[in-house]
Amino acid sequence: MEYNQIVNTVNDFLVEEFEVDEEVIQDDAGLIETLDLDSLDFVDLVVIIESNFGFKAQGEDFKEITTFKQFYEFIDNKVNN
Amino acid sequence: MRRVVISGIGIYSCLGYTLDDVRDSLYNGKSGIVLDPERKNFGFRSGLTGFVEKPNLKGLLHRRQRIQLAEEGEYAYLATVQALEMSKMDNDFMEANETGVIYGNDSSARAVIESVDKIREKNDTTLLGSGAIFQAMNSTVTMNLSTIFKVRGINFTVSAACASGSHSIGLAYVLIKNGLQERVICGGAQEVNKFAMGSFDGLSAFSTMESDPSKSSRPFDRDRDGLVPSGGAATVILESYESAVKRGAPILAEVIGYGFSSNGAHISKPSIDGPIHSLKRCLADAKLNVNEIDYINAHATSTPVGDTSEAESIHQVFKGSSPWVSSTKSMTGHECWMAGASEVVYSILMMQNGFVAPNINFENPDEASARLKIAEKRIDLKLDTILSNSFGFGGTNSSLILKKFKK
Repeated sequence: MEYNQIVNTVNDFLVEEFEVDEEVIQDDAGLIETLDLDSLDFVDLVVIIESNFGFKAQGEDFKEITTFKQFYEFIDNKVNN
Repeated sequence: MRRVVISGIGIYSCLGYTLDDVRDSLYNGKSGIVLDPERKNFGFRSGLTGFVEKPNLKGLLHRRQRIQLAEEGEYAYLATVQALEMSKMDNDFMEANETGVIYGNDSSARAVIESVDKIREKNDTTLLGSGAIFQAMNSTVTMNLSTIFKVRGINFTVSAACASGSHSIGLAYVLIKNGLQERVICGGAQEVNKFAMGSFDGLSAFSTMESDPSKSSRPFDRDRDGLVPSGGAATVILESYESAVKRGAPILAEVIGYGFSSNGAHISKPSIDGPIHSLKRCLADAKLNVNEIDYINAHATSTPVGDTSEAESIHQVFKGSSPWVSSTKSMTGHECWMAGASEVVYSILMMQNGFVAPNINFENPDEASARLKIAEKRIDLKLDTILSNSFGFGGTNSSLILKKFKK
């Protein structure tokens, strides 16, 4: 899957599931702050990633992710490596 | 002891999604029952059910609030929005002024079954999502309403089978009357889906008059052959008289009596003496004689044994008096966990608009129902006092008396 396709898929589900405007999703913006995520939301992120990309993210995977760009790269790494 | 009044009502039922629509349905004897082919395909003996649309709450609630709300919670939310608006309470008021929530609910089957299906498919509980647990518990309605509306007072669910909604009002009445709460959001919610009602259908308790769904629920009629499951939600705001006056809230009616009992007998077969005990306790609490009740909104679900027993109980208690009796379940079907609350809403609409809703499909009495004054058609009548009965599996009984408010 192309990187751009991953970015588009992620942005689409974030807009749909987390009800944010697409404009606020910027590469360097903070994932938690922008989406206003709490611990329950990470449970849902795992479900959404599995249904869109077919792999199971672990809770500890998110510890290293702070920006949207890191989130795309994490998924790209899992899907394409 | 303090006076307890009703300062708001809301409804989401197969008779309508607004109080005006529901009033019109009651007035015109309109049935909300349909035949659901999906139930037949699923293995149901009867495909009859009350019909309510699935609400779309996007735009009304944010994502976190929506994903943890089960079907019955969605109905309860909409009913509660109506009731709170009528009662002139918003979230700012609720955060600053202690208000409770006691709601009747006795299942969340769809949420439980869909979760288990997903675990079987994925073999991984962490793929259920965060909302699953909050949808699946019996207290799903109260845990969600309390967080959505910023409830700071008492907060629990009443699970008492088909008397759940009625007991929720009765318990709130006791708390307010004794000065322990100023106001409580009460009600009852009932999911409407094939998962919730399959085991009940399996008891052969449901009507199979599928050729004309509007004729299938016929409480007290000689030719009834079972109940029709239904659902939705109804909310009733109970409040101390002093609090309602202080806030300038409307006073729709007064709750003056609550009676309860347990049959201590068979799990599904009703008794006569259990309901009699509940009725007598309710009348004594209200300090009323039997001839002071204008109308009885009966529990009567359209099962042969249940209606007979209730008719006999009413007859024994109300000997020498003849209040009008009707079962609104003839139009709604049996709204189960919701019924005790929705029937209080229906009763208030009748009281406000001066009529007794018809017991539709009552064409021929049987020996027991012939002794009651059943409203086979709408009766235009000023109603001052109404008694509402609710009985449930396990022999739980609840009776409430409402009175037109006078200073």
